[in-house]
Amino acid sequence: MNGGTARRMFALVRRYMYLLRGSWPRILELAYWPTVQMVVWGFVTQFFVGHSTWVANAAGVLIGAVLLWDVLFRGQMGFSLCFLEEMWSRNLGHLFVSPLRPWEMIGAAMIMSLVRTCVGLAPSWVLAWVLFEFSVLSYGPGIVAFFTCLSVMGWGIGMTVTAMVIRFGLGAESLAWVAIFAFAPISAVYYPVSTLPGWLQPVAWATPSAYVFEGMRAVMVDGVFRADLLAGAVVVNVIYLAIGATVFAAAFASARSNGKLLQVGE
Amino acid sequence: MVAPQILLPGDRFMTTPAISVRALTKRFGDITAVHGISFSVEEGRVSALLGGNGAGKTTTISMLLGLLTPSSGEVRIHDIDMVADRYRALPMMNFSSPYVDLPHRLSVRENLRVYADLYGVPQPRRRIDELAGALDLEDLLGRRTGQLSAGQKTRVALAKALINRPRVLLLDEPTASLDPDSADWVRTYLEDYARAEGATILLASHNMAEVERLCDRVLMMRAGAIVDRGSPSSLLARYGRSTLDDVFLDIARDRAAPEGEAA
Repeated sequence: MNGGTARRMFALVRRYMYLLRGSWPRILELAYWPTVQMVVWGFVTQFFVGHSTWVANAAGVLIGAVLLWDVLFRGQMGFSLCFLEEMWSRNLGHLFVSPLRPWEMIGAAMIMSLVRTCVGLAPSWVLAWVLFEFSVLSYGPGIVAFFTCLSVMGWGIGMTVTAMVIRFGLGAESLAWVAIFAFAPISAVYYPVSTLPGWLQPVAWATPSAYVFEGMRAVMVDGVFRADLLAGAVVVNVIYLAIGATVFAAAFASARSNGKLLQVGE
Repeated sequence: MVAPQILLPGDRFMTTPAISVRALTKRFGDITAVHGISFSVEEGRVSALLGGNGAGKTTTISMLLGLLTPSSGEVRIHDIDMVADRYRALPMMNFSSPYVDLPHRLSVRENLRVYADLYGVPQPRRRIDELAGALDLEDLLGRRTGQLSAGQKTRVALAKALINRPRVLLLDEPTASLDPDSADWVRTYLEDYARAEGATILLASHNMAEVERLCDRVLMMRAGAIVDRGSPSSLLARYGRSTLDDVFLDIARDRAAPEGEAA
């Protein structure tokens, strides 16, 4: 990465930080839902600890799943929002006649996705420890791997969602909010992949998130960090990123061909 | 031994055109928005694209910027092919257009700072203050862009378009939404800028007085084609009219085809 690339990427990061800094409601919104989710699942966990042997043996397995699911959700949203902000403000035309390359904007969106995820999840992680004595550090070094894999998966999906919005206009923007939920049933967030019907299990193993949540349970229930599951998540993530980048590049080329970059807006 | 050539201010024959367009065509499905147009703009000149709504001005400017890929033809900016190598040309270009906006929730200073960084402007704070002084934006720098009046936004968009001291400036309706006094003031600024920086300006406008005052050359467009071209005075003479407004109406309504060669 040369100096010009870094400068342009951080120019955009600066733009999104200005936006975030200038709006307390946005920051509160980032933290609000993860915190509410964590509190609800925290109490559910407390209830199940007394009524389920499986949960009693691994008390953090549900609450941990909630916190990690939000890494995926916030990661994807944080990425997609960068592009949506530019479309809402009709700024894409200005950006793409500057020397900014599309992949530099993707890089900036990835950085902002990490920032938004950390800002949004930090309060819920702290509250989980205060209210339910659950710490994400109980995953050990695995937390870094889980966080990274889920963020990268969010970027892959985010690129595809953004491509759809560039291609079909803001009428498709709701995809940014709902697309990720199509992955929830097959990501094995709260239950093992083996719970799914046999025909659905290969589909589940085609998501990086299934490897991550199985890996999380391996740490919580069996006390082992499974490198094979991490390797699976990395391989599938590479495929997700490649698909996302290809679809994004095709949508961008199409937008340049049909004039969408100048027209897109509210 | 060949004696070194000294270029005088009036000498333009040695320069490559700043903007060179050849057989440029854009089709959207069955509709041809721009029909094989060719023109060039020499360095340091101010030219105008004139035409009614839907004449193809914005489509042409979008292709010059590389924001829209041509169906066929060639665009070169300072001899750089905009289809194959646009990122080499973009740092020396800029534009403003009513079709795009700056983020409303950012302050004027924040918006200008972001674009200063994107273009790699040295000493960005100084450049922003300089432009704010020149375009009377000092009191607006701390205000959110979305809170500004249409005229103030136009001036901010112009500041953004000048942030990198572009050698090639493309302006779509640069004085739209400005009152006559502000518009006159902006025109004076653009005249001074073009002269001081030797910049090439291509503007699309419906304001004939503006075109007459600023431009050396006018390209008249209708239905995606350049139907006439020349200096404002030569067009007036050719059409036998006293104002460019009347020439515009003649061309827009396909009246009184001129005799003789276009300049």
